[in-house]
Amino acid sequence: MRSYRSRRKWKNRIASLLALVCVLVALVPLVSILMEVVSRGAPAIDWAFLTERTKSSGAPDSGIGNAILGSLLLVMWASLIGLPFGILTGVYVSEYGDNWFGRTVRFFNDILANFPSVVIGLFAYSLIVTVIGFSLISGAFALAIIMIPIVANTTEDALRMVPNSLREASLALGVPRWRTVLKVIISNGRSGLVTGALLAIARVAGETAPLILTSFGNNFWETGLTEPVAALPLVIFRNAMSPYADLQEQAWGAALVLITMVLSLNVVVRLLTRKRMKLYKAVKKTWKERLSLNV
Amino acid sequence: MEGKIVTERLNAFFGEVHAVKNINMSIPANAITAIIGPSGCGKSTLIRCLNRMHEVVRGARAAGKVYLDGEDIYDPETDPVEVRRKVGMVFQKPNPFPTMSIYDNVVAGQRLNGEKDWKKLDETVERSLKLAALWDEVKDHLDASGVSISGGQQQRLCIARALAVEPEVLLLDEPCSALDPIATAKIEDLLFDLKDKYTIAIVTHNMQQAARIADFTAFMYMGELIEFGETKKLFENPVEELTEKYITGRFG
Repeated sequence: MRSYRSRRKWKNRIASLLALVCVLVALVPLVSILMEVVSRGAPAIDWAFLTERTKSSGAPDSGIGNAILGSLLLVMWASLIGLPFGILTGVYVSEYGDNWFGRTVRFFNDILANFPSVVIGLFAYSLIVTVIGFSLISGAFALAIIMIPIVANTTEDALRMVPNSLREASLALGVPRWRTVLKVIISNGRSGLVTGALLAIARVAGETAPLILTSFGNNFWETGLTEPVAALPLVIFRNAMSPYADLQEQAWGAALVLITMVLSLNVVVRLLTRKRMKLYKAVKKTWKERLSLNV
Repeated sequence: MEGKIVTERLNAFFGEVHAVKNINMSIPANAITAIIGPSGCGKSTLIRCLNRMHEVVRGARAAGKVYLDGEDIYDPETDPVEVRRKVGMVFQKPNPFPTMSIYDNVVAGQRLNGEKDWKKLDETVERSLKLAALWDEVKDHLDASGVSISGGQQQRLCIARALAVEPEVLLLDEPCSALDPIATAKIEDLLFDLKDKYTIAIVTHNMQQAARIADFTAFMYMGELIEFGETKKLFENPVEELTEKYITGRFG
């Protein structure tokens, strides 16, 4: 009896020790990546690095300003295209998708969400780049396609979390279905929608492969929709591949900037999800002011 | 008996399950009609058929006729949205909109349907909250969240919200089952006051409640309407043996 119990205790200890070791092993690459990026990237970063454009090796005052701007533009245009489609797809699947079509959409969404991004880049290449050339809009298009299934899935999940009793409450007041969806369901699932959008943005901000095939990269401050533009992942990719030490150092600097941007987005997401119920619209004027006018 | 709401061979289904069977009943205007019966007998389903909320549930459908002031609400020409504006509903669990203030909850129906005149909305808030006997308790914090008040207050808020769209009929689906006796008494008093202006149908599994407040009572069992009549008669002198067994507590 006694030996049985102590054996069980030992098994338990060994199992939890094993799990702990695995956690530590898994943390090693993560921590070393972070340390490596910070230690090699930080020396590269100064004001000029953030504000000057990318230049060839040896040029003074070389920076990644145009790549930061390019990445922001790419993400902005991708969001403008991808978020509406993604959110509305999610709304459709959650609120109107209780049929074979909705199930099919959900199925393809799941497939598309796990699609290799280079293939999506290739698709954008053949569709747009072959017509108008390497361009901001082709890059944004590719990123938007990556965003849509992510946003659609998180939107659907967020709306499914809204209790059915609220749908019924609104419908029973004689509010039409579409208004119920728009004003009650979406407003109650709002923080989930924001979370999904931010996660999708964080995901595409680091995409490289589709951009090689679409927005291509640029050493100048280019912002035109039909022109090739710079982007942080492209700077990292090209400079790291180059044989020049100064360009390689810039790649680490760009990596640190990119990681900082993506991490801070993730932190924002965390904060938002924690404060889920806090958002509610206040009455425009206070009720006291208004009631005293006409009671 | 000519009623505000008259059902004719009303049947309701959940997929293959036949939940409400061939109901013919007439709910009189300006009175409280209670529907009693054991759990799962179809009483909630029945009243959800009266404002076309039954069909909102997936796989649910209804067949038969329901006349509201002589007009069939299941007519293909009838817009369920219009029906629900005339026939309001309060649910078993208080369900105020959590993202809205008390004020916004009361006028949710109007605002969601596009009413923007603040003066009208203010009047509605005060009138509805007074009707629901909640005004004195919340008038100093109308901008607090709709879920910040007690359960009984939330349920009266839901009644105020239903009254705010000025329905003609009020359906209540076990509105007191989540409330304590004091809150329940308040809601019962309220319903008693409201029946002068509204037609009220209430589902309850509490027979004492039906006996206390209802003018008419319907007893349902296994989806069928067993007996329907004046409350006093149904409780004191039921015609059907099943009714007597149920009200004397021999089953259910």
